[in-house]
Amino acid sequence: MTGPAHIFDKPNRYIGKPEPRADAARLLQGRGRFVDDEKLPRMVHAAFVRSPHAHAKILSIDTEDARTSTGVIAIYTGADLAEHVTPYVGTLTHMAGLRSAPQHPLAMDVARWQGEPIVMVVATSRALAEDACELVDVDYDELPAAVDSETALDADTPVIHPEFGSNLAWERDVIAGDIDAAFAAPGVHVVEREFRFGRHTGVTLESRGTLCDYDPSEDQLTVYYSGQAPHMMQVIFSKHLGLPEENVRVISNDVGGSFGIKIHTYGDEIATAAAAKLLRRPVKFIADRFESFVTDIHARDHIVKAKMGITGAGTIVGIDFDDLTGIGPFSMYPRTSAIECNQVLNLTGAPYVMENYRAKGRVVFQNKTLMCQYRAVGHPIAMAIADGLLEDAARKIGMDPVALRELNLMADDSYPRTSATGMKLDDLSHKRALRKLTEIMDYQGLRADQTEARKDGIYRGIGFVSMVEVTNPSPMFYGIGGAPIASQDGATLRLDAGGALHVSSSITEQGQGTNAILAQVAAGVFGVDLNRVKVTTGDTATTPYGGGTWASRGAGIGGEAMLLAAQALKDQVLEVAGVMLQTGVEKLDIRDGAVTDLEGNERLPLADLARTVYYRGNELPNDLNPELIATRHYRVTDFPFVFTNGAMAAHVEVDTATGFVKVLHFWAVEDCGRVINPLLVDEQIRGGVVQGIGGALYEECHYSPDGQFMNATMADYMVPMASEMPDITIAHIETPTKTSVLGAKGAGEAGTGGAPAAILNAVNDALSPMGASIWQMPMTPERILTVLDKAAE
Amino acid sequence: MSRSIDIKLRVNGENVSATVPARLNLVDFLREELCLTGSHVGCEHGVCGACTLTVDGDTVRGCLMLAAQANGKEITTIEGLADSGQSTALQAAFTKRNALQCGFCTPGMLASALGYVNAGGAADRDAIRQHISGNYCRCTGYQSIVDAICDVIEETRT
Repeated sequence: MTGPAHIFDKPNRYIGKPEPRADAARLLQGRGRFVDDEKLPRMVHAAFVRSPHAHAKILSIDTEDARTSTGVIAIYTGADLAEHVTPYVGTLTHMAGLRSAPQHPLAMDVARWQGEPIVMVVATSRALAEDACELVDVDYDELPAAVDSETALDADTPVIHPEFGSNLAWERDVIAGDIDAAFAAPGVHVVEREFRFGRHTGVTLESRGTLCDYDPSEDQLTVYYSGQAPHMMQVIFSKHLGLPEENVRVISNDVGGSFGIKIHTYGDEIATAAAAKLLRRPVKFIADRFESFVTDIHARDHIVKAKMGITGAGTIVGIDFDDLTGIGPFSMYPRTSAIECNQVLNLTGAPYVMENYRAKGRVVFQNKTLMCQYRAVGHPIAMAIADGLLEDAARKIGMDPVALRELNLMADDSYPRTSATGMKLDDLSHKRALRKLTEIMDYQGLRADQTEARKDGIYRGIGFVSMVEVTNPSPMFYGIGGAPIASQDGATLRLDAGGALHVSSSITEQGQGTNAILAQVAAGVFGVDLNRVKVTTGDTATTPYGGGTWASRGAGIGGEAMLLAAQALKDQVLEVAGVMLQTGVEKLDIRDGAVTDLEGNERLPLADLARTVYYRGNELPNDLNPELIATRHYRVTDFPFVFTNGAMAAHVEVDTATGFVKVLHFWAVEDCGRVINPLLVDEQIRGGVVQGIGGALYEECHYSPDGQFMNATMADYMVPMASEMPDITIAHIETPTKTSVLGAKGAGEAGTGGAPAAILNAVNDALSPMGASIWQMPMTPERILTVLDKAAE
Repeated sequence: MSRSIDIKLRVNGENVSATVPARLNLVDFLREELCLTGSHVGCEHGVCGACTLTVDGDTVRGCLMLAAQANGKEITTIEGLADSGQSTALQAAFTKRNALQCGFCTPGMLASALGYVNAGGAADRDAIRQHISGNYCRCTGYQSIVDAICDVIEETRT
């Protein structure tokens, strides 16, 4: 299906233009509305007593002193809230064999990670609630902890959920072709590496938080929620608090970063809603930074043993790997914590033609913070395995890594096709992306510089990644498995009496520019000036029903719904105009806020049309019933996901005396289909790259052997700062997806998915003259010095 | 712990008198008592920069100063910078460059940037990157912020 050309080419189109965001002004003047900015009458505040142990039996809880502390309104234990909140289990039916135990908002008999909420204190201020938390006496019997994923399945490791008999949450094997025969064939070289990907977390600058208000007169729960999926949370609050779905309203105003962190069920937030219901008044909970570190979902934590076979001429014959990943003591509800491992199994090597593939994934429980879907779920792992091995193989057979990719990347004219793992692929441009990348970075020039610099003892490296990204997911992602997560999204446009558009959408804004691109699509397709479009998102009471913004789906799915709705409204308006002007609709268009003829000559301002319809309907024929409002929904039907592709490169310098890595420059060529707003998408990709660099070089949740999170402060957990980040050059190839008229694919996670592999390859390229290589992220100075020392021995 | 202190200060040009708990920090006072919610709280220990504001013309972390210490001081928050027009050029440049996404770091980032520009800082990308390294942004790649600050410096000095 190809869209009518005029949507993208007509004079007042906005799709493809670098329009600044309308809501920037508000945020720049300190007029944002984040959850903690909301205040309600009779509002009280929650704080939590959290487990200081990774694994402990709760023997007793004494709240007597706390109850008499100044300002205390109520105190709840796990047992107290269990009477009002049904437990939840993070499994999905399409993740065969996945198991997890029931979770309660507050731990019941056993605490299973450091930071798990145990007791909730509600008081007239957060400070007073914290004072009272100090007076709660919890008697624990500390239990041995299962911390290390590598020993989680050993016989002498404590089993976190005894009813399961082991700490195995899920496993899956993917096999294609005959990998053993392929590796054993004559002339095939096999490279083998063990990759270690540390735990890191999202560190949204606005911590998690919620303000819950309950009105018993209408049995109505209103939740101000810093998150990405209001309708999903509506179902969860309804189901587990025993409220009719329609009596739960979830509102997301400004959200201070999310990145997949704020899309899950957190016990402290559920407890806050329960407390609001029990106290019949508003209760606010805003996580402090320590609480964020120990309770926000973590990500990655993979150990991968991987091999790639390659012929002397450079043909990849296959990949074989074993992925072990630790997810904490429960699978997160409702999206589950097996999705990341599943993505690694599905996506590794997806850009390359490959006959043979064998992958084993095991997901294990541990006494650490829960792990779940953070930006670019599984992608950094999958891309680092395939492209890390590819560049290792290139060194082994003495071939340039770009030439080796050229040889093995799927041809741009070979789609539709499937990957070795059976993923349906279409509309990709790996080879064009790689060629554009080597041009814009001046690859040959950098190689020459590298050679010269080495003579002076300066070790620079160039590393690449060719990647795919899962975007625009269909119902096959979550809905099929029973999760209350919409895969379709809706958009509504209403023409108001003054000729302006009020539009609403079920996708959400967390800074990506969702509202801006919705306005661009609406204005351009319908035909009004951009500043005459007002956008509402993030409210279950006022927007169409849908999934929200995650998995790089907002522009592709929500944008298409808006396009279809704008087209529908235009058709309705032209029908009315045709009657009013006594002209066939085929001779009319809408441009710049007026009905025009096809040459663009104004025939009827939209305000005149709308005022006639709304105020002076007597002037219209009785059989004309104008609907100046239109709603359309959209979902992806023919594919499980709409894949995008990209090619990225990093240029680094490694100080071999200190082990420090300086990223000199980074380039990303991204094919996210039709670009709706390059100004927004470019910086979003840069931000993604920076988070990817964070995971590759700095960010790690350090745990002690007994499960204590050692660096849970902003000072000790290192996120990238401006001074250590490079300038990042972005370029696009636009291969619109054929699954929609708009043709937009997602772009939000590409940088985070691809950058770690490019940085890994660049560091290893820099280290290659010393015969050293590193396969652990983050690549800290200490770890780099260790591999250099080892190579020197 | 419950001791209260009387303070008098000026906030965004208005006289303010209050009795505050001794332990209350400045940013919580501004947010909770004066409803000036533009200053954000990201880490509460002076690392992230989201609460950056101006005290007697100096760039200060609102979470590292007690409300009691603000007695007699002149405080300017993002709301004051915007209303007085001091940040107009930076606002325009941040908008044009899309130098913000979620907007949570933005008021603090803007305050730091204004400190740099007002001190006569050069349109030197490395120097700007150094200056704003006390302000974490988790959404952008920082590049657009550096671009925006450079734009303002170049526009005002040509």
